[in-house]
Amino acid sequence: MTSCVDTIQDYGLRAIGIGERLLPKSDITLCEQFVLIGSGLLWNIYFGFIALLLGFWLATALALGKNSHLIWLRLPSNWFVFLFRGSPLFIQFFLAYEAFVLLPKVGIEFEIFGTVFAAETRWLTRAWLGALLVLFCNTAAYSAEIFYGALKSIPVGEIEAADSFGMSGTKKFTRIIWPTMLRLGWPSYTNEAIFLFHATALVFFSSFPAWRQKGDALYYASYLADKTFNPFIPYPILAGYFILVTVLIIWIFGCVNRRLNRHLPDSQRPKRPKFQFIR
Amino acid sequence: MFLFCADPAAIEGLTWLSCYLTTGKHMAFYLSFLVVLVLMALAAPAAMLFGFVGALACRSRVAPVRFLGQGYITMVRGIPDIAFFLFVPVALDQAFEFLRHKTFCSETTQPVWRGNEFLVCDAAKLPLGTSPQWVHEIYGFMLALLAFAIVFGAFAGNTLRGAMRAVPDAQLQAAAAFGMTRRQIFWRVHLPQMWVFALPGLSNLWMILVKATPLLFLLGVEDVVYWARELGGSKTSAHSYPHGDWRLWYFLGLLVFYLALTWLSEKFFTKLMARFSFGQATLGGSEAAS
Repeated sequence: MTSCVDTIQDYGLRAIGIGERLLPKSDITLCEQFVLIGSGLLWNIYFGFIALLLGFWLATALALGKNSHLIWLRLPSNWFVFLFRGSPLFIQFFLAYEAFVLLPKVGIEFEIFGTVFAAETRWLTRAWLGALLVLFCNTAAYSAEIFYGALKSIPVGEIEAADSFGMSGTKKFTRIIWPTMLRLGWPSYTNEAIFLFHATALVFFSSFPAWRQKGDALYYASYLADKTFNPFIPYPILAGYFILVTVLIIWIFGCVNRRLNRHLPDSQRPKRPKFQFIR
Repeated sequence: MFLFCADPAAIEGLTWLSCYLTTGKHMAFYLSFLVVLVLMALAAPAAMLFGFVGALACRSRVAPVRFLGQGYITMVRGIPDIAFFLFVPVALDQAFEFLRHKTFCSETTQPVWRGNEFLVCDAAKLPLGTSPQWVHEIYGFMLALLAFAIVFGAFAGNTLRGAMRAVPDAQLQAAAAFGMTRRQIFWRVHLPQMWVFALPGLSNLWMILVKATPLLFLLGVEDVVYWARELGGSKTSAHSYPHGDWRLWYFLGLLVFYLALTWLSEKFFTKLMARFSFGQATLGGSEAAS
């Protein structure tokens, strides 16, 4: 009989390959279920965090591209957004995986700041890079649509004011257009962040293999449900973890929202962001 | 299918392709697109029903009913839908079998969950072990459908609740001033005016439903994803139509199918919105009227 502390040492970081190699097979305790699913959550947080962080910049670029009067900027942006918003993420995962598998296996070495990095195309067939790439493109497309909508609803007066102050180009964009766009789009963007985090649970159920059983929270939850034939314990644990992280996301984005709206008088500030349930 | 397909090894080019694309398995693949469409056609009204009941429960004057309704329609916010898709069919299956076990085999005293197993007596199995294959497939599809209805019912419930709140209060007060009862106000004034507010959310919901249908694959239904993987995998010369790994092309086909589906839906909902807002006291309505 091992105590729960031992279990945490064995399985706490199992999802990233540290600790016991074999997953528990029989006599699975409640503690093991909590720890294993919790360790899987590390992958969800990794995917969600990195995809959002990088996707944000591409989304801004795409929103500006959609708004551009240059057709060779507008068309590709529109197509990119249509492609990733119009098709199921699940199919995107499958398609990307099959495409990555067919890539020739080559290694690329490149030098950044004097350090040599080696990259292999083989990595694209692994979830940590391949699935991340898909999630990145997906969230960029959805966020681009949100930002584009916000860009369209920036009050004309603010831009006229910027013009009359003699601002132009980069200055007008970084000081006026961009902050206002973020401020207006932020409630919807919060929503998108939550949906993206939920979408990370799909990764190991599309083609991407969970190498050496290093999977995400849902992967372990379904593993435990299969082993114990009792779905009523692992899935509620999973649900609890996801609700916790969702609350955390809402809190973090709420802080940013307050900062974006800090210049407004109290009466004009959105009281509490009204959350949509739909992406 | 065609007469010249009798010997696949002897033909090539377009003829080969036309034979290849009309094999029995490919026909099953084309049929599975129909399964997807049937699922959408059935899941949408079922989800609306669940959502409507959920939204009504939220407005109930009885506190426990209200809490139940609110809990139901807020749960989808924190939990990924795919977790529900994995959980609900298994949980429902076990719940049904457990209930049948209690009614049909009351003489067995052993617990149903024994160690790492879930055991019910043979008479309680769903569907019965003796029933033909198609019953098993229909049962699996029904469980999947129920999972979709529950998840999307929660989404729909939230949309409908928001729409009910959006109906101007003055309309309801006017109805009350005419001496209508609560029930009459709801059915004659509140509900008919609600739809225009609900439509943007519901159209969005339809888009999500369309994009969630490939998840059927995870529920063990032989859907488009299943067949794309099955048919696309490389076939050795032991098969009559040997080919390499063509899964990429099959999934590309699925991608095009879904893009077309969402594109068509978008067109449809734009038209519908224009029609619904006609004559309404909203910005869209005044645009449509002028």
